[in-house]
Amino acid sequence: MKSRVLVVTSGKGGVGKTTTTANLGTALAMMGKKVVLLDTDIGLRNLDVVMGLENRIVFDIVDVVNAKCKLKQALIRDKRFDGLCLLPAAQTKDKSAVTPHQMKNLTNELRSDYDYILVDCPAGIEQGFRNAIAGADNAIVVATPEVSSVRDADRIVGLLEAAGLNKSRLIINRLRSKMVKRGDMMNIEDIIDILSIDLLGVVPEDEVIVISTNRGEPAVMDNTSRAGAAYRRIARRITGEDVPMFTLDDTNNFLDRFKKLLKLAK
Amino acid sequence: MLDIINRIFFRDNGRSKEVARERLRLVLIHDRASVSPNFLNELKEELIRVIREYMDIDEESLVVNFENEEESVALVANIPIRGFRRAANE
Repeated sequence: MKSRVLVVTSGKGGVGKTTTTANLGTALAMMGKKVVLLDTDIGLRNLDVVMGLENRIVFDIVDVVNAKCKLKQALIRDKRFDGLCLLPAAQTKDKSAVTPHQMKNLTNELRSDYDYILVDCPAGIEQGFRNAIAGADNAIVVATPEVSSVRDADRIVGLLEAAGLNKSRLIINRLRSKMVKRGDMMNIEDIIDILSIDLLGVVPEDEVIVISTNRGEPAVMDNTSRAGAAYRRIARRITGEDVPMFTLDDTNNFLDRFKKLLKLAK
Repeated sequence: MLDIINRIFFRDNGRSKEVARERLRLVLIHDRASVSPNFLNELKEELIRVIREYMDIDEESLVVNFENEEESVALVANIPIRGFRRAANE
């Protein structure tokens, strides 16, 4: 199988890049794929804690590019899943510790051993962003249904295109179906219409994300999590499977479904 | 009409997404245009090239810009005309 480098980016901070990277990577590994997660947020690393691997860090991405250690030594193998690894960011350096050229070499080296290389991009459009996209084949843009996030996503799509990454796909994160239904949140069509890029998936707002991050266990491991289920579907879509899109009704909670059942019974 | 009814009866609850969508639409026109500084210049040159075929214009004083209206963004071009070319009868 040809290996793919996917960068997860958004422009704006706090919209769920790291959560998305962790969940998609874990979901792909659960499907039997060989996956490496690359944290490029040097100075503000977090993918390690979201994955629950923070206690096992010895070397980091800066050590690797400076040849302080071998690539294999820095990779943290996730014992819960075969074929899932994390390359953590450095916490004490800044974004200039790595160059786009070094990132390209690094991702190319990883291609021979992994099916998917998921790059967690830092917020912003400066060097951290340029590093993260340097070796990528495609980009996954994460946005929440808010004016500020969609605006930044539009800027990011423009910068990605300028860098030759043309087939970016969008994940709409933290969609609240109740707010959409009463017209207080932009819906999927509104956002797609504005950004005019392809939709990769929709992830509903879900408290389980907070709990799973507390524990360091990605939500895709929790069968009760609606966000986890959405991420598993997106992972299947990434592998080329044709999975129907999330609709608003999928996000109904138990009570809503119960009410509907009563209405049907009448 | 539906919109008016909505505005009267549901003035403060709901429909804020329409506001969001509209504000985004306007802000992105500005963002996208200002992000590429060449955009307006290229447009200006293209405009001159086309209009020159029909009339004699003052290229130096030609001004092309975005202007904010109440609910829209307009592309405003101020093109001083020196004279019309004589129409050739076909």
